[in-house]
Amino acid sequence: MNDSAAGAPLPPPVGLGLVHWIGFQTIVIREYGRIIRIWGQTLVPSAVNATLYFVIFGSLIGRRVGQMGGHSYMQFIAPGLIMMAVISNSYANVVSSFFGAKFGKHVEEMLVSPLPDWLIVAGYAAGGLVRGLLVGVVVTAVTLLFAHLRVEHAAIIAAAVILTSAVFSLGGFINALVAKNFDQISWFPTFVLQPLTYFGGVFYSVQILPGWAQAVSYANPILYMVNAFRYGFFGVSDVDVAGALLIMAAAVAGLFTIAVVLMHRASGIRE
Amino acid sequence: MHALSVRGLTKTYSNGVQALKGVDLDVEEGDFFALLGPNGAGKTTLIGIATSLVNKTSGSLSVFGYDIDRQIEAAKSCIGVVPQELNFNQFESPETIVVNQAGFYGIPRRIARVRAQKYLKQLQLWDKRDKMARALSGGMKRRLMIARALMHEPRLLILDEPTAGVDIEVRRSMWEFVREINSQGTTIILTTHYLEEAESLCRNIAIIDGGHIVERDQMSSLLRRLHTEVFVLNLRDSLAAAPQLAGYPTTLVDGRTLEVEVTKEQSLNDIFMRLSALGIEVLSMRNKVNRLEEIFMRLVEKHGTALEEGPGERGRAGESRPASRSEAAPLRGHGGRS
Repeated sequence: MNDSAAGAPLPPPVGLGLVHWIGFQTIVIREYGRIIRIWGQTLVPSAVNATLYFVIFGSLIGRRVGQMGGHSYMQFIAPGLIMMAVISNSYANVVSSFFGAKFGKHVEEMLVSPLPDWLIVAGYAAGGLVRGLLVGVVVTAVTLLFAHLRVEHAAIIAAAVILTSAVFSLGGFINALVAKNFDQISWFPTFVLQPLTYFGGVFYSVQILPGWAQAVSYANPILYMVNAFRYGFFGVSDVDVAGALLIMAAAVAGLFTIAVVLMHRASGIRE
Repeated sequence: MHALSVRGLTKTYSNGVQALKGVDLDVEEGDFFALLGPNGAGKTTLIGIATSLVNKTSGSLSVFGYDIDRQIEAAKSCIGVVPQELNFNQFESPETIVVNQAGFYGIPRRIARVRAQKYLKQLQLWDKRDKMARALSGGMKRRLMIARALMHEPRLLILDEPTAGVDIEVRRSMWEFVREINSQGTTIILTTHYLEEAESLCRNIAIIDGGHIVERDQMSSLLRRLHTEVFVLNLRDSLAAAPQLAGYPTTLVDGRTLEVEVTKEQSLNDIFMRLSALGIEVLSMRNKVNRLEEIFMRLVEKHGTALEEGPGERGRAGESRPASRSEAAPLRGHGGRS
């Protein structure tokens, strides 16, 4: 006979709130350790890419472009390049780390532990956030070598970068959860994420596009992220900033829910 | 208090394979319990359900009274598991692996580091604590998984073929270690293909086959049920034919190797007297097979008819029944009356 089946549930053997908090910290510390351990793969490439973008697009081509949105082209692309690095690194961190854990089976270390599914999702998303923010700081440092950045709204910069990083961390988690092989974790970044980022207003203002292209661009969520972030620096945006932040917050909530439901349904990790 | 209590547990995989067909099982607190069965019998599925790596289809399972449907987190906090397959990050160090594992169970890092030192030293891994795990030998990797499973000091330790592929010296040192852990009060459930291991370590046993528990008894009671044993005698002088020993079927394997079948009512002294009377000198003797292996094979063969229903009845996809007895029990025992 089940000992607890006949009566009320037994009191838990340990304080589960404390288990959750320490477990969450452990996932984040492990992710941070991984980011630092392989810094040549996680932190350096974005600095190199940003330098190349600034030299080629900002310095060589940008001189001929002139002003955009009331700022030099070098200044205009700077927030977008920072955000582009944050997006790709947040996504890449979680998709590679969680898929690696799934592929190497060490995801089971967490699955057999008392950590609930939502906490595992939150821990990996926080790990993606850590990498996104670290890379954001590195690329910002590179940016300051090429362009002057003034800060108009620090809170909006922080909100935009955190929400954007969270959105793509959760996206990476879902991709890793459903992917069955390495092809399936490279497909989305290559064929969806990268085109959306390039057409997301990083290198141009949507105001220069013809009407139909503007309409299409407004369906691109990355446009809102880049413009909200740019608004924090320059006080100008192609979109409504409050609306953009709201969309991002809703995306975080929606993706988090999807990730937890998929974890609970055991997609790809439990039988 | 039952460390593990299972009632009517079933599992049907998405491919239609029915791995568990209504398992009932109780394991007492403090027990050293053997769960045996051929490949695909349902052992790993049962363990997977207890550790939430496999979702059950129906039935109930509780760990120290914590029902997995209602208090899964509390149930899991009581369990430490050493799986069949390596499942740690090969690019992390042993110390990092065990300290992180403790964190997943809510052990603060300060305490986890102290425990890491304790268990890595006990399992002779302390001097390898900073090496990358992939650089460890096979035996070290197995010991690392035991250290990892003990970091939160679980009340129930599940060892799923912990010594597979490990040399005999390491295996015996692991036996001593888990005996010590059990003597300190930790309940242990062991699955193994080394039946000598189960016979030597475990007090109680269940045999699972075709998704059913086909036997559940004390190890000593089960072994007493063995009616006949075959002894292999090594002779000083070569014989041309098997000697006639009334009441004892004999087979001459080669000139100097004689097999004698003995029932539990018969006496070995009687055999030796008869052999001496015939002028046959015995140099040494051993069991032909391990006693538990003999019972295991009889039970599995007895229930084998149910297993001939088709490939879908063999549990998890990709698993199959051992092709031979030696596969089911790679290590031949030398126990019994020899």
